[in-house]
Amino acid sequence: MTLFPKALLIVAALGLAACNNPDRFGAGGAGGADGAGGFGAGGIDQNGLGDPNNPKSIAYFNQSVGDRVLFLVDQSTLSPEGRNILIGQAQWLNANPGYAIIIEGHADEQGTREYNLALGARRASAVQDFLISQGVAPTRMQTVSYGKERPIEICSEEACYAKNRRAVTVLSAGAGV
Amino acid sequence: MTLFRTLAPVLALAVGLFVGGTVPSNAQQGPLRITITDGVIEPLPFALPQFMAENGGAADYAAQITQVIAADLSGTGLFREIPASAYIGGVSSFDAPVAYEDWKAINAQALITGAVSASGDRIVVKFRLFDVFSGAEMGDGLQFAGTPATWRRMAHKVSDAVYSRITGEGPYFDSRVVFVSESGPKNQRQKRLAVMDYDGANVAYLTDSSSIVLAPRFSPTGNQILFTSYESGFPRIYLMDTGSMQVQSLAQQEGTMTFAPRFSPDGRTVVFSLERGGNTDIYQLDIASGQTRQLTNAPSIETAPSFSPDGSQIVFESDRSGTQQIYVMSAGGGDAVRISGGQGRYSTPVWSPQGDYVAFTKQNAGRFHIGVMRSDGSEERLLTASFLDEGPTWAPNGRVIMFMRESAGAGGQSSLFSVDISGRNLRQVATEGPASDPAWSPMLP
Repeated sequence: MTLFPKALLIVAALGLAACNNPDRFGAGGAGGADGAGGFGAGGIDQNGLGDPNNPKSIAYFNQSVGDRVLFLVDQSTLSPEGRNILIGQAQWLNANPGYAIIIEGHADEQGTREYNLALGARRASAVQDFLISQGVAPTRMQTVSYGKERPIEICSEEACYAKNRRAVTVLSAGAGV
Repeated sequence: MTLFRTLAPVLALAVGLFVGGTVPSNAQQGPLRITITDGVIEPLPFALPQFMAENGGAADYAAQITQVIAADLSGTGLFREIPASAYIGGVSSFDAPVAYEDWKAINAQALITGAVSASGDRIVVKFRLFDVFSGAEMGDGLQFAGTPATWRRMAHKVSDAVYSRITGEGPYFDSRVVFVSESGPKNQRQKRLAVMDYDGANVAYLTDSSSIVLAPRFSPTGNQILFTSYESGFPRIYLMDTGSMQVQSLAQQEGTMTFAPRFSPDGRTVVFSLERGGNTDIYQLDIASGQTRQLTNAPSIETAPSFSPDGSQIVFESDRSGTQQIYVMSAGGGDAVRISGGQGRYSTPVWSPQGDYVAFTKQNAGRFHIGVMRSDGSEERLLTASFLDEGPTWAPNGRVIMFMRESAGAGGQSSLFSVDISGRNLRQVATEGPASDPAWSPMLP
C-alpha cells in the first residue's frame, strides 16, 4: 500500500462514483445472460422493469424503443437502422430525464481480446456521440466496453456474431425516478 | 523448430572410453549436445534410474522427484525416457563409478543419477549427469536443499540443469504461469486469476470470480502481477503484490478505460492502453511517481504493447493501416515502423526475452495462428493453427511459447497449450479447468 498512495486515493474516489453503476456482468452474473438487457435479479435496476405498455418504463425502452444497435465486422459506423433506433432512444431519454445510461460496446469472438476491448469502446462511443447529437446530455452517459467477454449468442457462426457485435444502452435510475 | 543433434559417433565414443574418459580431441566427436536449429531428429534417449533414498523419510520424495524430472525432460519433445524395465545395470550408490557399458547397451545417451535425503524440515537433492557415449560426466554434480514443500521446484532445478547442459539453452522448468481460470457458460463466463507451476501443478487462486479479470502479466522479478479487472464496473489496470496479495489501482483517469498492461524490463514502468472517447492509444506509467505519458497519438486503435528485453523499443499492434498490424517504436514513443507484412491480421506481439523473435497472434482466412518473426518482420513462421489461438507468452528461455486455444461453438472452452518455437511439440498444459490468458514468469530465484 505504501508504494502507491496517490493511485489508491484515485481508485477510492472512482469506486464511489461507480457505485451508481454496478457491474451487471459482475458477481454472480445473475443479470448478465438473459439476452434482453440483463435486468434479472441482481441486475442494475432495483425498481423493476415496469409495464412494457407504459411508455415510461424500462421494459418499454428495451422492447419498443430498442436498447441496442448492431455493427458490421470490425466496424463502429452506425447503420441507418441503428440511427433510427438511436433517434428513438434519444427522444425517450429526453422525455425521461431521470435516467442515466451506460452504453456497453461489445464485439464478437473473432478477434483478439485487447483489440475487441478497443473495438467495443469505439462502438459505445459512436452511440454516445450520436445521442449527444440528438440532444442527450453527455453528463447522463457513460461508456464501457466488454470486448468479447459477454456474448449474448453463443454459437460460432455469423448468425450469432451479428447479434454480438452490438452496443446496448442500459438505463439506470437516477434521481427522481 | 527442430532439433539437430551433434552426437559423437559410436566409434569415437568407444575410443574415448579406452583412454579413460578424456574428451576426444576431434571436433566432430563433441560432447552430448542437442542444438535447437532447423533439423529433424529423434528425441534423445536418456536413462533416469529412480533417485536413491538416502534415508527412510526420503523414499517418497525420491520417487516423486524422479517422476517430475522425467516428465519435464520428456515434455520438451527433445528427450525420450528409456523405461526402467530395459535397464541392464543399476546404480548402487550415488558416488559409485558409472558402468557406462550397461547404459550404452540400451542406447542411453544421457544418464541422470541422483539421491535424496530427508531430515526434519529439510530435504536435499543431488544429481549427476553423464554423457554415456563419451564416458564422462557432463558438468559437476549439483545439490539442492530446501523444505519438503519445495520438492517439485528441486526436481525442476535438476531438469533445468540437465536441459541447459545438453541444449546450451537457458532453463525454464523452475517457473510459474499466471493465467485466468474460467468456469461457467460462454455468455456468463466467470473468471479468476490463478497461478501455477509451468506444468500445471500447485495451482493457487489470486482473486475470486466476482469481477471479470483479464490478461495478467508478471513483473520482471515475479513478485508483482499486472492485470485488468472490471471491479469498478469498467476495465482498469491493477497491480497485485504476490507476497501480500494486496491490489492497487494504477493510472486511473475518470471516463477512460485502461487495459493491456505490461512491465518494462526494469520493472519501473508499465505500458498499457488507455481508451478515451472511443479512441485507444498507448501510454506509459512511471510506477514510483505515478506520472503517465502518452506514447502514441492516432485515431486508430493502438494496443498490446510489449518492451524489447533491453527496454529500448516497444512492439505493439495498430489498425492504422485499416487492419491490425504489428509496429515497433522507440520506448519513448514517436515514429513507428510496421514489421508485419504477410496476409491477414497480426496482433498481440510479445518480444522474446532473448530479443531474437517477436511472437504474435495472426488471423487469416478464418483461422487463428500463433507465430514468430524477427523484430524486423523477417522469417515469419506460423507455429499453430486452429479456430482460435491467441495471446502467446514466452518461457524464460525464449524457446517455448504458451498460448490459449478456444474451441468453437456453444460449448466452446479455453485451454492452455505450449509449443516450441519451431512449431514442434504442441501440447496441452494440464489445468484443473478451462483456462486462458497465460503469462509466464521469469525464472524463480
